[in-house]
Amino acid sequence: MIDKNSTTLLSIKNLHASINTTEILNGINLTVKSGEIHAIMGLNGSGKSTLAKVLAGHSAYEVTAGTIEFEGKDLLALPPEERARAGLFLGFQYPIEIPGVANTQFLRLAYNTIQAQRGKDELDPLEFDDFVREKMKLLDMKPDFLDRSVNEGFSGGEKKRNEILQMALLEPKLSILDETDSGLDIDALKIVANGVNQIAHKDNAIILVTHYQRLLDHIVPDFVHVMQAGRIVMTGDKKLAMELETRGYDWINADQRLATGVNA
Amino acid sequence: MSAVLQSLVNQPYKHGFVTDIESDVAPKGLNEDTIRLISAKKNEPEWLLSFRLDAYRKWVTMSEPDWQNVHYSKIDYQDISYYSAPKPKNKLASMDEVDPELLRTFEKLGVPMHERAALAGVAVDVIFDSVSVATTYKQKLAEVGIIFCSISEAVHNHPELVKKYLGSVVPVGDNFFAALNSAVFTDGSFCFIPKGVKCPMDLSTYFRINTEGSGQFERTLVIAEEGASVSYLEGCTAPQFDTNQLHAAVVELIALDNANIKYSTVQNWYAGDENGIGGIYNFVTKRGLAKGVNSRISWTQIETGAAITWKYPSCILRGDNSVGEFYSVAVTNNFQQADTGTKMIHIGKNTRSTIISKGISAGHSNSSYRGLVRITPTADGARNYSQCDSMLIGDQCGAHTFPYIQVQNNTAKVEHEASTSKIGEDQLFYLSQRGIGAEEAVSMIINGFCKEVFQQLPMEFAVEATKLLSFKLEGSVG
Ligand SMILES: Nc1ncnc2c1ncn2[C@@H]1O[C@H](COP(=O)(O)OP(=O)(O)OP(=O)(O)O)[C@@H](O)[C@H]1O
Ligand SMILES: [Mg+2]
Repeated sequence: MIDKNSTTLLSIKNLHASINTTEILNGINLTVKSGEIHAIMGLNGSGKSTLAKVLAGHSAYEVTAGTIEFEGKDLLALPPEERARAGLFLGFQYPIEIPGVANTQFLRLAYNTIQAQRGKDELDPLEFDDFVREKMKLLDMKPDFLDRSVNEGFSGGEKKRNEILQMALLEPKLSILDETDSGLDIDALKIVANGVNQIAHKDNAIILVTHYQRLLDHIVPDFVHVMQAGRIVMTGDKKLAMELETRGYDWINADQRLATGVNA
Repeated sequence: MSAVLQSLVNQPYKHGFVTDIESDVAPKGLNEDTIRLISAKKNEPEWLLSFRLDAYRKWVTMSEPDWQNVHYSKIDYQDISYYSAPKPKNKLASMDEVDPELLRTFEKLGVPMHERAALAGVAVDVIFDSVSVATTYKQKLAEVGIIFCSISEAVHNHPELVKKYLGSVVPVGDNFFAALNSAVFTDGSFCFIPKGVKCPMDLSTYFRINTEGSGQFERTLVIAEEGASVSYLEGCTAPQFDTNQLHAAVVELIALDNANIKYSTVQNWYAGDENGIGGIYNFVTKRGLAKGVNSRISWTQIETGAAITWKYPSCILRGDNSVGEFYSVAVTNNFQQADTGTKMIHIGKNTRSTIISKGISAGHSNSSYRGLVRITPTADGARNYSQCDSMLIGDQCGAHTFPYIQVQNNTAKVEHEASTSKIGEDQLFYLSQRGIGAEEAVSMIINGFCKEVFQQLPMEFAVEATKLLSFKLEGSVG
């Protein structure tokens, strides 16, 4: 997918972030260009979700050092909703339930907000209904998910599909999908991966946070990064993920000295 | 959380202006002479004066209740004026004779006083301080036999009905505030739906307190005869004063066989400022008697205003198969205190009741749900379902639930569920990650939380309530 006309979408330099004074991210460097697919792997607790949430602007985290640029603009200066409107999307590891709010109402408000930002037409409820039903077919989702409350009582896999549905509706420039594959059965994994592949094109980019090679069988990454203790300690291509699958993470510690700072 | 939540909750009160109008205000203080004065000003029959004096004599022996979870300095009942009426108070023949200043006031408040302006076709009775100033659509309603007028008018034109039902659900000595109201009530609405008539439009009363230092003690009586049905709406506002004003109302509903009364309130009295100065003390007794078989009484309330709210709209389910419902949203902010809930008294067989209560607290406010479900020995097969949910915005506020359940019949089924949640930082983050701004996000979460109650409201009221809540909580999230 890498194109020679690609532009830099995201540029993270020396990012440090903490929560309640505990430092979680400790010197992240990462550059993502349009058309690229990146995978971030790493042990539980290494800081993958934290990185995702810091990118999206979660107020619980404090950025203590470093910079993040999104299309050349200072991302850290923007509140979360403006980051979203600028085209940054986070597929949540644990999607949030909002009781009493119909999914379709939420989806339409999100869609229209982003459309308005892009100077495009907003859709009324009927138009939106047609539009969203088409997108749901792509993900093999039943229409009754429109009338149910946002994520409430959805199974783990259903929540993940609902996240990808939002990605499909909002057409973000950069999508960070945090463990979208966990909780999906094998068929659902294929459907979701297929959906993501259809959304991916040369002008947008995707960061996949995952523990498993099986997702990367379907969505082939250009780069694979390994996180450890709040840093990217190794970067490679899709073969690195396969190696991790067979060898685990232990060997990286030994090799870490060689690998620091590879991706800048 | 806060900045957005904070600023969302702290919007100024829109209805806080005072109308500059000449009023006839009784001197402050309360004794038997005050009551005789009120009765004389209203040119009342002897039986009503006795009703008042009986209530007053009970009241002086009673003391203010202190079991509720609210705190305020003692009310000086001698420092209140018990009668205030805009002049001139001669009878109005038509809407065109209403003081234009008054019309402007209600226009500003969005209350349709001109029938041609009332798009939704809601009949309105408007109470300004102590008196009813106008009732719309009277003629049209009279054609189907419905009586809708001020209670003062009903006392003169339909004394037999008023005499029969006044105090029949809330006896004069029922409680401290009800006794006070029975002694000094000055006006209110009266509504009678005869046998078999389905009221063709929503009926509505709008209460406005205008004069500083005056109390408002209105009395509402709604009667639905066999097979009749009515939907009744009530709205309230008051200007912004630094002093507290007392509002002690009594509402009685009576439903005969197969009758249906739906009573909805959007209460937006002035709540005091962000430091807890001023605001209305709202001590209200509302009770419905589901007297006939298959009758139904349904209370829906959206309580957003008042410095103190003390209010338990209740149902006495006397008729077999009768149904009682209570749907409530109570929002408190700054230093507001609300102690509200309901009582469902099951007497008839197979009576059913539903209680859905949603409390939202922000700022330094405190909100309590207090509910009684009593299944008496005769209530075979009675059923109750109660659900009380509280939502906290920020960490300086409180929510409390006091359910009292008394079951004296073992064929009854009573279910109670309760939950407390904080308006999640995570929920807000999730919505904002989809581009939705903080205010819209809060309003979406709150409306979702209140959905089961809002969907009970008549359409225009639901829209109004949604706006009011967003407005009320504007600035409290962030
Ligand atoms: N509120 C908090 N207070 C203290 N520590 C926290 C807090 N939130 C997260 N952490 C810690 O930050 C570290 C990184 O967490 P994060 O969720 O980013 O890991 P992860 O790489 O996504 O893990 P997983 O693979 O399990 O999803 C963990 O050790 C976690 O316990
Ligand atoms: Mg994680």
